[in-house]
Amino acid sequence: MTLLQTRNLTRRFGGIRAVNDVSFALERGEIRGVIGPNGAGKTTLVGMICGRVLPSAGTVSFDGTDITRMQPWDRVAQGIVYTFQITSVFKRLTCRANVALAAQRRLTRKLRDRFALSPAMLEAAVDEALAAVGLGAEAERIAGELPYGHQRLLEIAMGLALKPALLILDEPTQGLAPGDIAPFCDLIRATAKSTTILFIEHNLKVVLELADKVTVMDQGAILAEGTPAEIERHPAVQQAYLGD
Amino acid sequence: MSAARTYLLHLAVIAALFVVQFALPAYHYGNVTRIMLYAVFAIGYNILLGYTGLLSFGHALFFAAGAYGAGLTVHWWDFGPIAALGAGLCAALLVSLVTGAIVYRTTGVAFLIVTLMLAQAAFLSTLYFNAITLGDQGIVLSLPPVELLGASLRLADPAVKYNTALIAFALALLLSLWLLRSPFGRVLIAIRENEARTRLLGYNTARYRFAALVISGTLSGLSGALYCILFGYVGSSFASLQYSTLPLLWTLLGGSGVTLGPPLGTAITHYLIDISSGLTSSYMIIVGIALVAITLWFPQGLAGWFRRRRAVS
Repeated sequence: MTLLQTRNLTRRFGGIRAVNDVSFALERGEIRGVIGPNGAGKTTLVGMICGRVLPSAGTVSFDGTDITRMQPWDRVAQGIVYTFQITSVFKRLTCRANVALAAQRRLTRKLRDRFALSPAMLEAAVDEALAAVGLGAEAERIAGELPYGHQRLLEIAMGLALKPALLILDEPTQGLAPGDIAPFCDLIRATAKSTTILFIEHNLKVVLELADKVTVMDQGAILAEGTPAEIERHPAVQQAYLGD
Repeated sequence: MSAARTYLLHLAVIAALFVVQFALPAYHYGNVTRIMLYAVFAIGYNILLGYTGLLSFGHALFFAAGAYGAGLTVHWWDFGPIAALGAGLCAALLVSLVTGAIVYRTTGVAFLIVTLMLAQAAFLSTLYFNAITLGDQGIVLSLPPVELLGASLRLADPAVKYNTALIAFALALLLSLWLLRSPFGRVLIAIRENEARTRLLGYNTARYRFAALVISGTLSGLSGALYCILFGYVGSSFASLQYSTLPLLWTLLGGSGVTLGPPLGTAITHYLIDISSGLTSSYMIIVGIALVAITLWFPQGLAGWFRRRRAVS
């Protein structure tokens, strides 16, 4: 079943077509990797999906609803959650406060809750998300004092606390120590049991290992799409992206 | 600090202010009354600057809205003290809503300029429409006593002034503390720290900034309305630039990141002006030097400095 569908999606920046006429579909429950050289339009494409960038032309539909013009915060309410390429946690707040901001967004649907949310309920949701990424012991630490790899995990915990239908990760392993990558992949696999995942990634090994399906982008367009095995063999991909 | 200990500390401050009224000499009694009223203004201002990270340069607009809302209704329509307070609050709320609708899309320097501009426009209006406002000469009010639970409270009585100011101060302080710790307050802090990220956590941040401005403006207006009613005067000076810079000064001196910072800053500024104006007519030089010194050596304000020392030791 299709969760996300873009049709003829285009974004121009001045004379440059960062994303050009992209029609792209995502099935519910899959892990999709997006690869491509710098400037291929990957971040612009996911930016239009989560609402950070508005398209010049084309449409985006999510779960059967047209969300092309929807505001980013309303898309979060629909279940689309984006985590940043450059880690963007609230550095001066504790890990608990960071995740609480995400968790309370999900728990405070009514106006009344915005002023009086049950602290126990919020705490349970925060603990659950922190435990899922293995940061349970760091809850009271200031986020900016964590090592970089842990800040990335905190960012994921904030995403998880929103219980997204679609979790978008922009280069999640960038800056992770080599030893942190295998546990990270396990975390993504565990998360995928309840969530559809779309991730941009430069580390090809991670993409081929993790993704059910891979989309290759180049110069604003989709160059190829298929299983990791198919992508590895694809001649155009080998020439344009994998190279020699 | 745990929630219970934080509330206890704030309640202790309120209790101390209640107790000292029996020991204060008459001169300081009046000073503390004014400080508590101004502290309500400072607390309101800090909801915007300290929590949300928005620097307003036009809060005289809200203070004056409250003061004129009370003063004009008494002068022209013979409102009693309680009705005048209600009118002042309604006026401040209305002005906050309109101002919010105009400025809520702006942040940073643009926000500062637009708030300054609106406040100056309001100040000049109070002069221009002097047939109604009596301009810079102002309106002197003579209000009847308040009949409450069989007692007749004369507004000229210093004890009535003091305890009314104390009630307003206690309400504003506890409201701001509760707000800061609520989910709503947490979002305001998130906006201060990183607005783009907050938006992508699913918050319509412009709407939160609007709400913060309305709460801030209405509290500032409460201060203005009470000031007008208790001291029986409102004039154009209430809308002047000075009343926009004062809350900024109080908040920076005391510390914007701490709920007790703005009241502390208000007290220090009041006594600093009081003492230095006894020494020289150019007392603002002394106030200015104090502000420069504080921002150099205590960038988080005095209350922020105390809290940090406690955390370290």
